[in-house]
Amino acid sequence: MTATISGTALGPHLRRRRDAGRKLLAPYLTGGVRADWTDYLLAYAEAGADTIEVGLPFSEPVVDGPTVQEASHLALRRGANVRDILADLRRVRVGIPLTVMTYYHLVQREGAEVFCANLAGAGVRGLIVPDLPVDELGTLERAATAAGVDLVLVAAPSSTPARLREIGTRSRGFVYAVSVMAPTGVRDELADTAGVLAGQLKQATDLPVLLGFGIATPAHAVAGAHVADGVAVGSALMRAVLDGESPAQVGARVAAMRDALDRAYP
Amino acid sequence: MGTVAAQSPALLPAAGLMRDPGGTGRFGEFGGRFVPESLIPACAEVEEAFRQAWSDAGFRQDLDRLLAVYAGRPTALTPAWSLSAELGITLLLKREDLAHTGSHKINNVLGQALLARRMGRTRLIAETGAGQHGVATATAAALLGLGATVFMGEKDMARQELNVHRMRVLGAEVVPVTSGSRTLKDATSEAMRHWVTCVDEAYYCLGSVMGPHPYPWMVREFQRVIGTEARAQCATELPAAIPDYVVACVGGGSNAAGTFAGFADTTAQLIGVEAAGGAAIADGRVAVMHGHRSYAVQDEHGQILEAESIAAGLDYPGVGPEHAHLHDIGRARYVTVTDDEVLAAVRRLARAEGILPALESAHAVAWVIRAAEGGELPPRATVLLTLSGRGDKDTATLLEVAR
Ligand SMILES: Cc1ncc(COP(=O)(O)O)c(C=O)c1O
Repeated sequence: MTATISGTALGPHLRRRRDAGRKLLAPYLTGGVRADWTDYLLAYAEAGADTIEVGLPFSEPVVDGPTVQEASHLALRRGANVRDILADLRRVRVGIPLTVMTYYHLVQREGAEVFCANLAGAGVRGLIVPDLPVDELGTLERAATAAGVDLVLVAAPSSTPARLREIGTRSRGFVYAVSVMAPTGVRDELADTAGVLAGQLKQATDLPVLLGFGIATPAHAVAGAHVADGVAVGSALMRAVLDGESPAQVGARVAAMRDALDRAYP
Repeated sequence: MGTVAAQSPALLPAAGLMRDPGGTGRFGEFGGRFVPESLIPACAEVEEAFRQAWSDAGFRQDLDRLLAVYAGRPTALTPAWSLSAELGITLLLKREDLAHTGSHKINNVLGQALLARRMGRTRLIAETGAGQHGVATATAAALLGLGATVFMGEKDMARQELNVHRMRVLGAEVVPVTSGSRTLKDATSEAMRHWVTCVDEAYYCLGSVMGPHPYPWMVREFQRVIGTEARAQCATELPAAIPDYVVACVGGGSNAAGTFAGFADTTAQLIGVEAAGGAAIADGRVAVMHGHRSYAVQDEHGQILEAESIAAGLDYPGVGPEHAHLHDIGRARYVTVTDDEVLAAVRRLARAEGILPALESAHAVAWVIRAAEGGELPPRATVLLTLSGRGDKDTATLLEVAR
C-alpha cells in the first residue's frame, strides 16, 4: 500500500510554531455535519488555527458529551461516512495539517493499514483515537508511521506517572491532555486537574501538549495555554455550528481565541 | 458470518475453555480493554480487586451465603413434563426465574456489589434494558447500604414501566437516556460517560458479559453458578448425566455464559439463541464497542445498527466477546428466533407447564420447540434450557400484542 503524502507533517509544524513562542490552537469540527462543512475548515484556518481536528462521526460516541453526540448523529442522519468525508477533504486546500479524531471501531473495520493510507491520501497528517488506550495500539502504531500520519495519544488526569511516561514516549505529533474526568462538553471553568496534568506531561515529554475538553471561551484558552502549549476547542464551536452560525461567524469565534492567545503570550 | 463450524465437541480441546483470559482479557482475538485513558486505572483497579476477592475464601463464603439465604440458590431444575411429551424429548428447565428479583441478574450483581463494598465504593452505577439488571442492582444496593444510579433508555422505560417503579421503590435513581435508539446500547454508553466523572466514589456494575476487561470474565464467573448447579442437577436427573443440548438466550450473553461454563468441557452441544432483530453473531461483523472487540450488527459504513426485538433485554446490537470466540472455534452455535416464535413460545410454556417466562428466556424455548418439531433434535434428545427470568415484567407488552 503506497500512500501519497501531501502537505506539511503535523509534528514538525506544531513544534516549530511552539518553539517560536506561539500558543497552539486546534479547533474541532464534525465531518459532514452540514453540506458546506469544509467551508468551516477554511474559516478555522483563516482565523489562525494551527491544526484542525476533523471528527469522523460514529454512532456510539462514548467519549463525547451532548453537543458532539448531537453533531455526530446529525452528520450520520445526513448520510456522512468515512469515505465521503475523506473525499471532501481531498478536494479542499486548508493550508495547515489536519488531524482526524475518531473511534477505534471505524479504524479497525477497514484494517489499520488501509485506514491510515486513506487518511494520508486525503492529506490528513494526524490521528486521535480517544477510546484506544496505549496498551491496545496493536498494529495501528506501525501503520500510522508507515503512512506518515502522527498517532496522537491521549493522557488523562487519572493516568499514573508510568502511563504518562509511556504516552509521552509513544505519542507522535503532540500529546492530547484531557483536562477533566468527564466527557467532552462546555464547562464554566477550566478544571483544576488541567494544570496538574499539563505540568506532569511537560515533565514527561518534549512534544507539544494540547489541553482539550471543556475549553469554551478565549479566557479558558488563555488559562489552558498558561500550563500547556495550546488548546483544543470542540463543543463550544459545535454548539454554534448546530445553532446555525455561518462559517464566518464560527470562524470569528476561533479568531477571538487566537487573538486572546496572541495578546496573552506575545 | 453465519457459517457454523461443524460440531464435534468431543474432539475439541476444551480443557482451557471458559477460563481466566489473562491480563489482556482476550478470548482469542476478542475482548480487550478499549476504553478512554481516563477509565484505564478504574478498570485495572476492578481487575485487581476481583482477582484478590475471587481467590479469597472469605469473599467466596460471603457471596455463597448471600446466594443461598438471600437470592434463593440453588434454583430448581424442573422437568418440563408436558412439553417434553409433546415434543418427544426430555426438556429440563434451569429455573433462574425463581431467583430473587426474578432473573439470573441477581447472581452477578451480588458478586459485584460485594466487590464494590470491598473496594470502598459507596454507589453502584448500572445500565439496564429490560430493567432486570437495574432492579437487581437497586436490590443489592439496598441490601448492602449503597447508592444506585441506573441508566435506562426512554423506549425501554416505557415498555418496562413496572421495573422502573420497582427500582425507584428500592431507592435507586433511574436516569432516562434520550440519545440514539434510546435502548440498551445508549444506556450503556451513558453509564460509561457517567462513570468517568465519579470513578473514585462509584463502582460500575455492568449487567452482562460485555465491556472492558475484566467485566466479560468477571460477570461470567459470577454467573458460572448457573452452570455448576445445573451440571450437578443433570447428573441426578439424566441417566447419561450430561444433556445432549444446553440452550440459553443471548443478549449480552451472561446467562448463556454462566450456563455454558458448566458444560464447556463436556460433549453437550451449546446453543445460544439471539433475537432475529439483534443477532450480533448471525448478522454482525467484528466491532469495537463498549470497551471490547466482538461482533455487532452494523451498516455498510460500520455504523452500529439499532436492534429491534420485542424483548428489551435482547435489544442490543452486540454480544459479549467470549461468545464471539466460542462461535469462531465452533464450540457453541448461535441461532436466531423471531418475535412471533417467541410470543408463541411464551403461551405454550405458560399453558403446558404453568411457567410464564420472560420474553428474553422464551427465545430459548422457541428454538427448542422449532428444533424438536422440525426434526433437528433427534427423538428423546435431552435438553437443558436456562430459563433466565420470569415474565411478570412483560405483561404490558403481552397485553398490547393481544389487542
Ligand atoms: C430475563 C432476562 N434474560 C436474559 C437477558 C439478557 O441478558 P444476558 O444475555 O446477559 O443473559 C435479560 C436482560 O435484561 C433478562 O432480563
